[in-house]
Amino acid sequence: MAVQDEQKVSFQIEGRSYQGIREESLLGALRRYGYEVPSLCYHEAVSPYGACRLCLVEVQKGKRRKLTTSCNYPVLEGIEVFLDTEKVVSTRKMVLQLLLAQAPEARSVRELAEEYGVTDTPFKKDEGNACISCGLCARVCKEIVGADAIGFAGRGLGKRMVSPYDETNQACIGCAACVVVCPTDCIGLKEENGIRSIERWHRDLPMKNCKVCERPFAPTFQLNHFADQIGVEKSHFDTCPNCR
Amino acid sequence: MDSQKLETILDKHDRQPAALLAILQDIQEEENYLPKEDVQQVAKALSISLARVYSLATFFSSFSLEPRGKHICTVCMGTACHVRGAPKLVDHIRREFDVPETGTTKDLNLTLETVNCVGACALGPLLILDQEYHSNMTPAKLDRVLKPIKQD
Amino acid sequence: MTTPIKTAVELSACREKLQAERDPQRKVISICAGTGCRASGAIKLGDALRGALTEKGLDQQVQIRPTGCQGFCECGPLVVMHPDQTLYQKVKAEDATEIVEQGLGEGQVIDRLLYQDAEGKSYRKESEVPFYRHQKHLLLANNSKIDPTLIDDYLAVGGYGALAQVLAEMQPEQVCATIKAAGLRGRGGGGFPAGVKWETCRAAPSADGVRYIICNADEGDPGAFMDSALMEGNPHSVIEGMIIGAFAIAHPGQPIGYVYIRNEYPLAVERLRIAIDQARERGLLGKNILGSGMDFDIQINKGGGAFVCGESTALMASIEGFVGEPRAKHIHTVEAGLYDKPTNLNNVETWANVPLIINRGVEWYTDIGTGDVSDNPWGGSKGTKIFALVGKVNNTGLVEVPMGTSLRQIIYDIGGGINGGKKFKAVQTGGPSGGCLPESLLDLKVDFDQLTEAGSMMGSGGMIVMDESTCMVDVARYFIKFLAEESCGKCVTCREGLRQLSAIIDRICAGKGQEGDIELLEELSTVVMDGSLCALGQTAPNPLLSTLRYFREEYEEHIRDKKCRAAVCQGLITYSIVAENCNGCMICAKKCPEKAITGIKKEVHVLEQAKCIRCGICLDVCKFDAVLVE
Repeated sequence: MAVQDEQKVSFQIEGRSYQGIREESLLGALRRYGYEVPSLCYHEAVSPYGACRLCLVEVQKGKRRKLTTSCNYPVLEGIEVFLDTEKVVSTRKMVLQLLLAQAPEARSVRELAEEYGVTDTPFKKDEGNACISCGLCARVCKEIVGADAIGFAGRGLGKRMVSPYDETNQACIGCAACVVVCPTDCIGLKEENGIRSIERWHRDLPMKNCKVCERPFAPTFQLNHFADQIGVEKSHFDTCPNCR
Repeated sequence: MDSQKLETILDKHDRQPAALLAILQDIQEEENYLPKEDVQQVAKALSISLARVYSLATFFSSFSLEPRGKHICTVCMGTACHVRGAPKLVDHIRREFDVPETGTTKDLNLTLETVNCVGACALGPLLILDQEYHSNMTPAKLDRVLKPIKQD
Repeated sequence: MTTPIKTAVELSACREKLQAERDPQRKVISICAGTGCRASGAIKLGDALRGALTEKGLDQQVQIRPTGCQGFCECGPLVVMHPDQTLYQKVKAEDATEIVEQGLGEGQVIDRLLYQDAEGKSYRKESEVPFYRHQKHLLLANNSKIDPTLIDDYLAVGGYGALAQVLAEMQPEQVCATIKAAGLRGRGGGGFPAGVKWETCRAAPSADGVRYIICNADEGDPGAFMDSALMEGNPHSVIEGMIIGAFAIAHPGQPIGYVYIRNEYPLAVERLRIAIDQARERGLLGKNILGSGMDFDIQINKGGGAFVCGESTALMASIEGFVGEPRAKHIHTVEAGLYDKPTNLNNVETWANVPLIINRGVEWYTDIGTGDVSDNPWGGSKGTKIFALVGKVNNTGLVEVPMGTSLRQIIYDIGGGINGGKKFKAVQTGGPSGGCLPESLLDLKVDFDQLTEAGSMMGSGGMIVMDESTCMVDVARYFIKFLAEESCGKCVTCREGLRQLSAIIDRICAGKGQEGDIELLEELSTVVMDGSLCALGQTAPNPLLSTLRYFREEYEEHIRDKKCRAAVCQGLITYSIVAENCNGCMICAKKCPEKAITGIKKEVHVLEQAKCIRCGICLDVCKFDAVLVE
């Protein structure tokens, strides 16, 4: 995509000058330039949310220098970005300790924590939990899939990701994009006896068998939904992508 | 909720998604809580997802998704009421009425709720029973105030 | 149907007519009918007074005027007899006949209903009572003079005069400059100079000229009710401020107004709704206001009960029909706020200051308060501030004083000191984001900067006095738990950080604190503040840090000695019967929910520790000081 000149801004990362696109996500820009910044709740395909607080950087804007998450910080003319300062690292370590306590079952959190030398947490653990309430699943469901079938319930301590009323929601097409995108693998998908089950959303959908290889490949509900969406005959999805 | 009533509420707010909060407030005012069918109906009528309506209804603490009791007893838990002993009132009511975590007694007689401040801090601890304010409450005074309800 | 007022000239004529019709010598009984006095029985009292007047055939001669909050909630229901301004306090419905029979004649006073101080001295006039004498009522001045449900009452005391002046004589830029020069800083807590905000919002580009003018009336700080008192008592002052703001910020564009108000204030919502309707009927809201060419109207949005919606971006999300989650403010809301349009948000008290500044002038206004704002709007705190003085103080209520009044003056001269002869321990200011200040800081001059420097903040103006029976660890526990539940829950640092802070304090209060807990609390507090997105998280640890700063020894006692000196923390206290004082009345035994107290009539009772759940009911019901808690 061609970027118009007036949208370009210059800014600095660790003392080096870069050209970025005005108001794009700073984290996106950092990654494009090859800087490694950890994050669990960010995905370039959906809007940034700033939940996991791992992509912290320090940004100097004018006279003010402050700690901020980079995913929802807009690239602006003249800002200076500092990556692994002492403050960033010490804060990030404690964020990891908080995440270890919230989601002791999340392997990705444990692995990331280890990279920072954090192997244990001084905080009370929520045993058995792997969800870090980052909301990426819901953002993908809404912004990419267009189903908007799941969302947060409650707030504060009681905030949790659910399907409404913690029941089956007909808006869920069983596409499993949420499962794929979940940074801590906490949603879970089962395909057994021709049924796809996403237990967390209480969704069980029979799958269609491929006309050619006869193997189940996707929920019929989802395929019909896609067919309606793009305006083709339902039979268009009779064969699986491999045999098509 | 009677569907005609719901239509009236929706029309009053021009079926605007921005008025979602106000629409739910009007429903709760009528029904004393937010019945599931109405929540589903609102989503449909405003052409927004059920997930969005459900998130909003659970985010704001003034909404109840469960039927509430015949009597509603609200204890103010503002700072002034707290330092003057409001937590003891809550403990006491819980014990006396055997109120479960959900806040409503099994026989749907009483719902116990807390609120973060009703702006009558000078008179705390404050208790609102069925919209009537009772000031400077103590557990002993509570028994007198709640007596008629207990016999209800 | 009233005719709309179309020009400034018509407004003056209308006011003159109203004033001429009013006899200043007419007997008026004003009854405070604010939320507090209503809780104390003001409605019944009003009915009784009306009944008594009718019975005496005086209902045409004497007017009953229900007003908004007059501040002295402790002594409510309050009655003021006009024109001689006799103040009666703690008036009951049963007193109505006596007031009508013996209080209306020339020089008649009912002594037993007058306010008496601790020494037994009586005061007749409102202005003589110490609680009022040391205050400076500017914003609250009209609360006892007007019936908030009648726009004529507001017009008669000069209401909407500032608006007329602005529309007739000033340019929008001039109005912004005036507010800036007056040094008016945001009363919602942040203390940001309102004039600077107005100018920035005015300068921000808006393709269609739409600019939103919002009044933040989501007064969520527990222990603060000045905004509700203003809306209940003088709603037109807030509306007038907003219309002036709309002109200054958006004229000749398209200003659109919202008031986002707490649903927990049903009376304030009702009064505001009536006031907006009446202003609209009179043409003070709507099309071409007073012939200025400006169209402006105000919509009321009721909050859903979420503290975080006091945060500006969360409030705006809520108006748009979404959950109240704050968003990053790297692009300021004055540039892109509600529906991505330039948006100016001020709180109730800030808006109510605006007509005052226009009416009385910058010079008069800047004479009140601290510092110098002549070339720096941050250079001081100007005007008055209303505080909600509550907790363990003798005279609780709303207090309006000049910025820079000391804590001691507020708590002792106005508040009458600590009740029950107990010892002052701390005063909590600034709501859940504020802090607790100790006795050594009683001479602190209360303004935005002094409070922040001391580790607390102005907040919206809650002032909760605590005595020796308040446990400071418990106070911190209360606020952290409050914020943990009120956090929107988006940021890990805020949601999980507060969860863990809360868990650590809980364990300290339960007698299970460990060495190192204090340090862990401090370290985690820093991360919560630095790592969270909005002001809720960024200030959440303040109550904890300020109590650690000034009352650290109480934490140490809880952890090391397993002792709560205020005898509050249930895990660290025991109840026992004082044999010398117990006369065997059996009331505690009867009331004990766990049957932990046994005994027979007229004999000393016994409390079985193993059964005691430390609910404190025995202490509450014992009239003979025979229950000891330690």
